[in-house]
Amino acid sequence: MTGSAQADGRDASDRTAGRSADPDRSPVANADVCVVGAGPAGTLVADRLAGRDHEVVVLDAGPRFDETERVERMEKAIRPAFSRPDVWDVGGDRDAYESVGDRHYPLNRTRVKGIGGSTLHWQGMVMRLHEADFASASERGVGANWPIEYSDLRPYYAEAETGIGVAGADDNPFAPPREEPFPMPAFPPSYSDSLFAEACEALEISMHSVPNARNSEGYDGRSACQGYGSCRPVCPSGAKYDGSVHAETAAAKGATVIDRAPVQRLEHTTDRIEAAVFATPDGTEHRQEAETFVVAAGGVETPRLLLLSDSEHYPDGLANSSGAVGRYFMDHVFAGAGGVLEEPTRQNHVGFLTSESHQFYDEADERIAPFKLEFFNFAGPSPVGIALTGEDWGDDLLERIRAEYGNHVTVGALVETLPQAENRVALHPDRTDDHGNPVPEIHWSIDDRAKRTIERANEVQHEILDELGASERWTQGVEGTVPTNHHMGTTRMGSDPSASVVNSSLRTHDLENCWIASSSVFPTAGAMNPTLTIGALALKAADHVDAAL
Amino acid sequence: MQLTRRDAVAALAALGSGGAVALGAREWQRSGGDAADDASSGDTVGDGLATDDQVRDAMVAVAEVVYPSDVTGIQTFVERFLAGRLEREGHGEGIRRAVADLDDLARSWYDAPVADLDPADRDALLREVGADVADEVPDGTTAERIRYYVVNDLLLGLYTSPTGGELAGIENPIGHPGGIASYQRGPNE
Ligand SMILES: Cc1cc2nc3c(=O)[nH]c(=O)nc-3n(C[C@H](O)[C@H](O)[C@H](O)COP(=O)(O)OP(=O)(O)OC[C@H]3O[C@@H](n4cnc5c(N)ncnc54)[C@H](O)[C@@H]3O)c2cc1C
Ligand code: SF4
Repeated sequence: MTGSAQADGRDASDRTAGRSADPDRSPVANADVCVVGAGPAGTLVADRLAGRDHEVVVLDAGPRFDETERVERMEKAIRPAFSRPDVWDVGGDRDAYESVGDRHYPLNRTRVKGIGGSTLHWQGMVMRLHEADFASASERGVGANWPIEYSDLRPYYAEAETGIGVAGADDNPFAPPREEPFPMPAFPPSYSDSLFAEACEALEISMHSVPNARNSEGYDGRSACQGYGSCRPVCPSGAKYDGSVHAETAAAKGATVIDRAPVQRLEHTTDRIEAAVFATPDGTEHRQEAETFVVAAGGVETPRLLLLSDSEHYPDGLANSSGAVGRYFMDHVFAGAGGVLEEPTRQNHVGFLTSESHQFYDEADERIAPFKLEFFNFAGPSPVGIALTGEDWGDDLLERIRAEYGNHVTVGALVETLPQAENRVALHPDRTDDHGNPVPEIHWSIDDRAKRTIERANEVQHEILDELGASERWTQGVEGTVPTNHHMGTTRMGSDPSASVVNSSLRTHDLENCWIASSSVFPTAGAMNPTLTIGALALKAADHVDAAL
Repeated sequence: MQLTRRDAVAALAALGSGGAVALGAREWQRSGGDAADDASSGDTVGDGLATDDQVRDAMVAVAEVVYPSDVTGIQTFVERFLAGRLEREGHGEGIRRAVADLDDLARSWYDAPVADLDPADRDALLREVGADVADEVPDGTTAERIRYYVVNDLLLGLYTSPTGGELAGIENPIGHPGGIASYQRGPNE
């Protein structure tokens, strides 16, 4: 059972290389598994199941990006002419959406469609959730309990760290217990971390390293980080992990990865999905049949696809007997403060973070949410950014660059938000995408506990800045806060089928051959960036699919 | 501060243009050859696109205005940088069109192409065109395109190069590989 056993007998490389003008996008015969979405979740599932000799096909809505264009994409990231979504061609009718909640949700700044998914654009901070995050209701008195514990996920966390390639150190006294060493040594702290370290020491705040999904040394055939400094949104060297890594390895193990193949709906009977109907650029639709299906289309498109696949039997959307599909939408919110020191702080050499503090995380309770502090290495403007945006040039410009660059510091924080049923991804009643499907309508608001926590995080940040003697201060607080690109909660996991969408095996309660691999299954958010947990859950889901086949 | 070949190569590497092949491939012709003939007649090569020589002369002339005054080695740097930029699909045409437009305006307002103006007039011309206040927009108005393809392309080339970075106080500017060696270093190391 390999990817070359295809319906029309064309060579597998036609499908996976994606470099021919007209790659074969026809369905694969006798597929065991159809994975929808080629982000880290979908490709980790595909890689594992292809490695176990299953016939796997992966369908992704977006293109396979040419690696040789990465440097040009980096230029787009640097130049003011382009917005963030432009860098990875996000936008237009394909990605249309509406945000109707209390707070605007800038969806297209928070995702990428294509082989690799949103990790093409990501920062790459990868940490495990804390033990208490799995039992928020019992430990903190708010939110929901997960139907699994940290210990259930612990071996999968280790496997996800190895698969993704994580550079980390065992220097975080607040992190949950781990047995396995990190696959690579952590990146040493930056010069500006050393300035923070002095201030934090005086305030008795512990700093520690950040586990990074980027190579601190050559790993898995990919180069060590070269320090381009443009990690988010583009790593030109390939040192930063993205989901395309596992799309390649899955394909090498025989999986078929089809790009530009947005799934329109999932055809089903009462308890089984029969086919994923996908569109191709030539304007035709195809049916991909399979024994099992894994929906891994990210935290917004996953519920949307289920809602689009409604039927007589599931009038409110597929797998939605509970009514929870699309509900409990969560993101983390950002709190930050910064200022200027009277000495150089050496920012913008690299585009990632080397130090954090999880010290305040476990103080979380009913009133205050978990949060973590991040010490930036890219605070303030970069000289290139300044040069391209002024009305001056020549000596005047250089003088301005020297005045504006070099002395900034920023300390950020990620804050948990609570799962609230009214925060949700719904289908817009009128507006449709390029295929005539209703676009996602995002309802988003921020709960009072998260607001209080932003204020608390700001307080701590201000203490640190006071200690540093920073002037020209700014604060990003409750009013200015923004979501941090983590789409969670919209197909929550639980043991009660009337209140959740998937069970502890990540299988939908309603359908016996449909699993979901995504942060959409998180019942609570914690305040850690989600993707390592997504990876661990994806590997767990793959094991359950394997057992069912 | 002297701009070097290494700066041009580094800026190009950072901006994904042409690369090593393009750097060797373009032979700037100062006299003789078709391109020079086109340029010496003062005209563009069809479709309102500037010739190689016109582009080079205009870009060097503008660089002399938009780069800080103590930068040297501009001619060689700009030539090498342009070699890569002109190779890049779409971008090369954008530069040629923007330079042709700039030269047209220079001729109608100052009776000479931008390369023949003295630096104060070049500066004035760019401001009269509106390139100082315009946002850079690759498919925008004339001012926006001149800002994008001429002024900002040159500034981008300079400030993503090691020498430009050093002028600004960062020896490893964004887009340039090398931050791993420098991010841990203090200011006096
Ligand atoms: C700027 C930014 C910074 C981030 N930083 C971090 C970080 O530091 N740490 C961290 O842990 N996380 C970070 N994230 C979040 C991280 O990128 C996501 O958590 C992760 O990519 C989610 O993985 P996924 O596979 O579930 O979904 P995605 O990566 O979103 O992939 C989903 C895929 O499904 C495809 N798809 C959607 N609909 C369909 C359909 N109908 N048919 C077929 N295919 C479909 C899409 O094209 C896409 O490729 C960041 C994200 C952004 C945008
Ligand atoms: S600093 Fe970021 S962009 Fe540069 S090589 Fe490392 S991971 Fe890639």
